[in-house]
Amino acid sequence: MIFDAWDWIVRVTDWGVANWSHPGEPDRGILPRLLQHMRLSYLSILLGLAVALPMGLACARWKRLYPPVLTGVNVLYAVPSIALFFLMLPYTGFSDWTAIVPLALYTLVILLPNVVDGLRQVPDHVRQAAVAMGFGQLRRLVQVEMPVAVPVIIAGLRVASVATISMVSVASLVGLGGLGQLILSDGFRRQFDAPIVVGIVLTVVLALVTDAALVILQRLLTPWSRRDGGGPSRGDRPAVVPSGAVAAAGGPESANTVGASSTGGEAVETGPGNTRGKERTWRS
Amino acid sequence: MEILNDLFAWFADPAQWTGSSGIPARMGEHVYYSLLGLLWSAAIAIPLGLLTGHTGVGGFLTASLANLARALPTIGVLFLIVLAAGIGLVPVLCALVALAVPPILVNTHEGVRGVEPRLRDAAFGMGMRGHQVLLRLELPVAVPLILLGARTAAVQVVATATIAAYVGVGGLGRYIVDGQARQDLTMMLAGSLLVVLLAVLTTLLFAGLRRLLVAPGLRAEAAAVR
Repeated sequence: MIFDAWDWIVRVTDWGVANWSHPGEPDRGILPRLLQHMRLSYLSILLGLAVALPMGLACARWKRLYPPVLTGVNVLYAVPSIALFFLMLPYTGFSDWTAIVPLALYTLVILLPNVVDGLRQVPDHVRQAAVAMGFGQLRRLVQVEMPVAVPVIIAGLRVASVATISMVSVASLVGLGGLGQLILSDGFRRQFDAPIVVGIVLTVVLALVTDAALVILQRLLTPWSRRDGGGPSRGDRPAVVPSGAVAAAGGPESANTVGASSTGGEAVETGPGNTRGKERTWRS
Repeated sequence: MEILNDLFAWFADPAQWTGSSGIPARMGEHVYYSLLGLLWSAAIAIPLGLLTGHTGVGGFLTASLANLARALPTIGVLFLIVLAAGIGLVPVLCALVALAVPPILVNTHEGVRGVEPRLRDAAFGMGMRGHQVLLRLELPVAVPLILLGARTAAVQVVATATIAAYVGVGGLGRYIVDGQARQDLTMMLAGSLLVVLLAVLTTLLFAGLRRLLVAPGLRAEAAAVR
């Protein structure tokens, strides 16, 4: 049993190594598919962020705008991706946009609430201090409110990027899809498991590497939040520390909770309000 | 606006409303797969999340595993299991469960962990045992968050159950796959609309569930969760 599993792993790895790239044929092999996968997913995320930022700014400023926009984004999210890819075909053909536009639209469901919440949770006294220092609206937004919102926005980006990277594969059904191509045409259509496994593993690895890169990006963008070291461990949580604080100090543990890392920090000061950060988990 | 007329004509055609490939039958199949996938996911994720949340053991492992599972490409999982186990409902359910477990698990775990320590201390102070604290305090307090995770999972499951058609099973995905094969844009559009309709109904269902399941004392707070 164990030997069978080992043989299987060796076989799959062998296939992966042998087909990594074919010199002289730039379109075949695993590497070009991986690069296409990265291009499609990163462009989708960037496009989604480029749309979500102004939209979020507008929604944070004009509060009445937010509920209808959020509902619209949520309805859009319910459209199956396969359908959206096919429906794009008449307009964009087999260009990258057929995959990028729907994927970017899907990221909005995660990014938009995070941009809005990030901006809304800027403490009022911080905003007032900026006004008192003579900051104009634009300067206040760029130099005070955006930096304070960065952790929440990046938390959204992390969830959105993992979701997008795994969803790109569906675009293989319209002939795009990077590693999904490996799964569909090299694997499924030929009834061969090795390409499917390689495709799945590389997709997961790509998602994890991207996630780690975003964590590093957040540390670089918000050097002031690096003050805590190990933090209290999860098991022996002292009763006086609100749970939000653990999430804030826990580093990688708080990875899954959308917005928890930033609002958790706030919870240390506000005490009873510590559940606020938790409530953002997986909102969509 | 020609496409709208085509759509109306498609929905108005009585042939769409009867037989094993009619809208009611396809809708029923879709609901069946989604419900089954969601129930299996809940049966796996909620007890596990309650356990890790209550004991605090394995929280990091749970979060990592959930993150990993979220990165899994659904069609990869589907096709791999089809190759291993053959065409049928099993691969579809496995793919849906892999999709739906992470959000429910993470939210259950965080929901239990997010219970105010003061409340927990009070419960223990009243002489409750560990399992009583879990079932009478932590579970009810975590319900809004669990429902939120389940709703996210449900919408994803409903949208993704479309892929069932790709491995020869029914559901509303048939309209999209067959429409693609026949170059019938109206049919694809109609199929997508039906899926969206189902997803909206799912959201409404969860709004109703929340009203039913969230303890009265928690409603004000639950309203903030939305």
